[in-house]
Amino acid sequence: MNERFDLKNARQERQLFLSRSTVLIVFVIALLLGLFYRLTFLQVETYDKYASLAQGNRVKLSALTPIRGLIYDRNGQVLAENNPSYSLELIPEQINDLTLTIEALSKILPISEKDIKKFHKKRKQNKRFSSIPIRSRLNSTEVASFAVKRHLFPGVEIQARPLRHYPYPELTSHLVGYVGAINERELKKIDPVNYRASRYIGKTGLEKTYETELHGSVGYQQTENTAQGRSIKVLRNSPPLSGTDLHLHIDIQLQQVAYDAFGDRTGSIIAVDTQTGAIRALISKPGFNSNLFVRGIDQASYSELQNSTKRPLFNRALRGQYPPGSTLKPFMGLAGLESNVISSSQKIFCPGYYQLPKQTHKYRDWKKNGHGSMNVHDSIVQSCDVYFYILAHQLKIDRIHDFLSKFGFGKKTGLDIIGEKSGLLPSTAWKKRAKNQVWYPGETLISGIGQGFNLTTPLQLAHATAVLANKGYAFKPSVVARLNDKIIKPVTSENTSIILSTPQHWNTIINAMHDVVKGARGTAKRIKTDAFTIAGKTGTAQVFTVKQDEKYDEENVAEHLKDHALFISFAPVEKPQLAIAVIVENGGHGGSVAAPIARAIFDHYIKTTPTE
Amino acid sequence: MSWDIQQTTRISNYQQTKGNLFQRIHIDALLLFLLLLLSSVGIVILISAGHEDLGLINRQAIRLAIAFIAMLFIAQVPPHILKMLSPWLFILGVLLLIGVLFFGDVGKGAQRWLNLGFVRFQPSELLKLATPMMIAWYLSERQLPPSFKHILFATLFIAIPTFLIAKQPDLGTSILIATSGIAVLFLAGISWKLIAGVAISLGASAPILWSFMKEYQQRRVLTLFDPESDPLGAGYHIIQSKIAIGSGGTYGKGWMQSTQARLEFLPESSTDFIFSVFAEEFGLVGCIALLVLYLAIFFRSIYIAVQAQDTYSRLLAGSIAFTFFVYLFVNVGMVTGVLPVVGVPLPLISYGGTSMVTLLIGFGVLMSIQTHRKLLSS
Repeated sequence: MNERFDLKNARQERQLFLSRSTVLIVFVIALLLGLFYRLTFLQVETYDKYASLAQGNRVKLSALTPIRGLIYDRNGQVLAENNPSYSLELIPEQINDLTLTIEALSKILPISEKDIKKFHKKRKQNKRFSSIPIRSRLNSTEVASFAVKRHLFPGVEIQARPLRHYPYPELTSHLVGYVGAINERELKKIDPVNYRASRYIGKTGLEKTYETELHGSVGYQQTENTAQGRSIKVLRNSPPLSGTDLHLHIDIQLQQVAYDAFGDRTGSIIAVDTQTGAIRALISKPGFNSNLFVRGIDQASYSELQNSTKRPLFNRALRGQYPPGSTLKPFMGLAGLESNVISSSQKIFCPGYYQLPKQTHKYRDWKKNGHGSMNVHDSIVQSCDVYFYILAHQLKIDRIHDFLSKFGFGKKTGLDIIGEKSGLLPSTAWKKRAKNQVWYPGETLISGIGQGFNLTTPLQLAHATAVLANKGYAFKPSVVARLNDKIIKPVTSENTSIILSTPQHWNTIINAMHDVVKGARGTAKRIKTDAFTIAGKTGTAQVFTVKQDEKYDEENVAEHLKDHALFISFAPVEKPQLAIAVIVENGGHGGSVAAPIARAIFDHYIKTTPTE
Repeated sequence: MSWDIQQTTRISNYQQTKGNLFQRIHIDALLLFLLLLLSSVGIVILISAGHEDLGLINRQAIRLAIAFIAMLFIAQVPPHILKMLSPWLFILGVLLLIGVLFFGDVGKGAQRWLNLGFVRFQPSELLKLATPMMIAWYLSERQLPPSFKHILFATLFIAIPTFLIAKQPDLGTSILIATSGIAVLFLAGISWKLIAGVAISLGASAPILWSFMKEYQQRRVLTLFDPESDPLGAGYHIIQSKIAIGSGGTYGKGWMQSTQARLEFLPESSTDFIFSVFAEEFGLVGCIALLVLYLAIFFRSIYIAVQAQDTYSRLLAGSIAFTFFVYLFVNVGMVTGVLPVVGVPLPLISYGGTSMVTLLIGFGVLMSIQTHRKLLSS
């Protein structure tokens, strides 16, 4: 190549380069315009969208859980409280090697395979940078042993969360009830805003009835947060409103006495203050450990509770419906007196059975040879069945129904605990409606001694007894005395109270009930005391129907078919304070089994309650 | 003809009389000024994007200083020496790449580093310059426009490092290296017909490239088209970056006011995604100003290329200028969600040492080309 060619070539190459550079410059400018267009689109056209997204990133609105109200007994003993519960929580995004960390943690405190599985499951359901528990219910030793090594585990924290705790779980399981995790059905009913930070909701008892008051109102905090969820600055704060504390009429010591007096037997006790309707003790035995339900009970324990023949989950006090048996007799007597069907001195002969006219069926008295000549007083004291067969026959079922319903039989008492059953007070109209059948006169007879269709809850019995003790002045039974400082006044009204045409009849019946305990032939004479006076009535409710002419053989009847023992009572007779209904399932005789339990409660109550 | 000589002489004389001081120490004052301005802007953004981490700023400043010194050092090396070194640097680079393949250290799921005992070194950085140097050397030795045979060889030289680096895998760097080589080919004047043909066959070979990608890269490409489909995984970067840029609006939130970066929603806010922080804080107006600054550097570089006296210098300078722009384009395209997230830093602004040193060495080459011009014959 000579220089000339070289030079010419160089010029050509230069020209070529110049043109190619120009193309490149045009290309570069075109690409830049593309970027400019893209930036304009993002920063001008869709600015609003991205600005609000950035704001959403920046500001985190978090709901603050309100502190659930506490529940106290009448003396200030705590029945439901919130204890801190410690759980070990991990933020997976802040941990380098999750497997290694979990392995190291399991050397400090026990972590099962199941825990790890659960943790990974939860992890998938949660947002980035959320704290996920791997172990809950840490005891203090576990908390301490982790705390010492905490600096070795970035992204691992111990979190304290309030956990509902019942200091007397067995004793208050049917009264206070329990809270549990919110389920889907409940989720539809509650205000999702107010429950945004709540994990628990009242499931039974007072916890459910007073859920609104106990729960409180959710609070909010607006914070500026990092992507890791660390809050840098509080922008706005509206603290949660704690739930209302419940102060109960219940006396937990009395509750304990009643529970202990019951021993191993199943059944229920209600003790109600006759002067206010305040429930002082409410027992359904057996109870259960309500604390198990707070965190979610495991399947094994739950089936054990559910399959137990003693049915510990069943709230007998409110939902147990039993034939009242002879405890209905004082009310029947009052019905007879008030209707002028009988007079207080009028006597009826009891041969040990009763036959309806033109019928061969013998309605037997519990005393085979009969009580002989009886007035209303004696027939209550000795619990003569024949007297009440005859009385019922003369009154007829509808008159019995109308009078007894004034005492609250057959309808809910309106107690402030959810779940009450209404029992059953039969009438011709009821039988027509429910069974589409006519009423038979024989059914009236057995209704007269509290058998047959009659069903009452322990609560109804206690309430009716209180009304009787008050000579007709009725208070709605209630458990809660105060909401924080707001006193709930006893509820009474003229139309629920009973006014007799002859008030003297109250005394006739009450005197008879007094003699049930005090009298030489009284069925509950074994609980007689010199310290104070008690009026009562025993009852034995049949579970097992004895065939005509067959003898009820107490020893050979299976345990669950044995008669229920009942006892209603109040004391002191002169100025009643407390009315008690006791039902001991399959307990046998009211006088020997149920009455001593009531006596134990009276003893404690009279002793601890100062008389004015 | 003497026109060329006269022309060159005139320019040469002009420069010798005007820019004598800078000329003598082989510095292009305008380019230096623009680069210093850009680096300063980079430091300012980094203060905000790096959460006011003074250690981070210090390290970046030291790196910048080293890179500028390296640039000025390279500027002293006359182009003909660079040309002479070109094939050897290229061969050394390819050998080191093969070395990485077998003995490399793994970092962030990719094998890029070669541990030389005293320093960890990324051979791919060397090839960012060695590849265009090699192609420029190879083509400038032959008649232009290059013959088909020479184009074929040149393509092979580009393909070797490109595939070796793509295999590491470092898609961003391999794209940049391919770009730098192809730019040389283009500037050398390969025919438009061939360009069209290559473009078509490249489109056809896209599926093959796809098969070379690791799963995480494929996922990134897929989520590019629908980032919302995986908002917590692969799409997270792009979504948060778009939120940052978009929420900047026309005028921006102001310096140090980027909530996306400060609250750590934006990942890699001081490295690959630093442009998003800039866009959030300075808005569209700031972005345009920054792009204009980049464009100015590109124009100055292209001017140097056009002014260069020999083919080798021209081709190399043009390639360096264009590659610099492609850096910017890929990065901004990536953070604005129009290109896949391939891991290309924002030139001279993103935090990180190696690529900055390479970039400034490239500008050192430009300065050398600009300041070593002399009369063709004296």
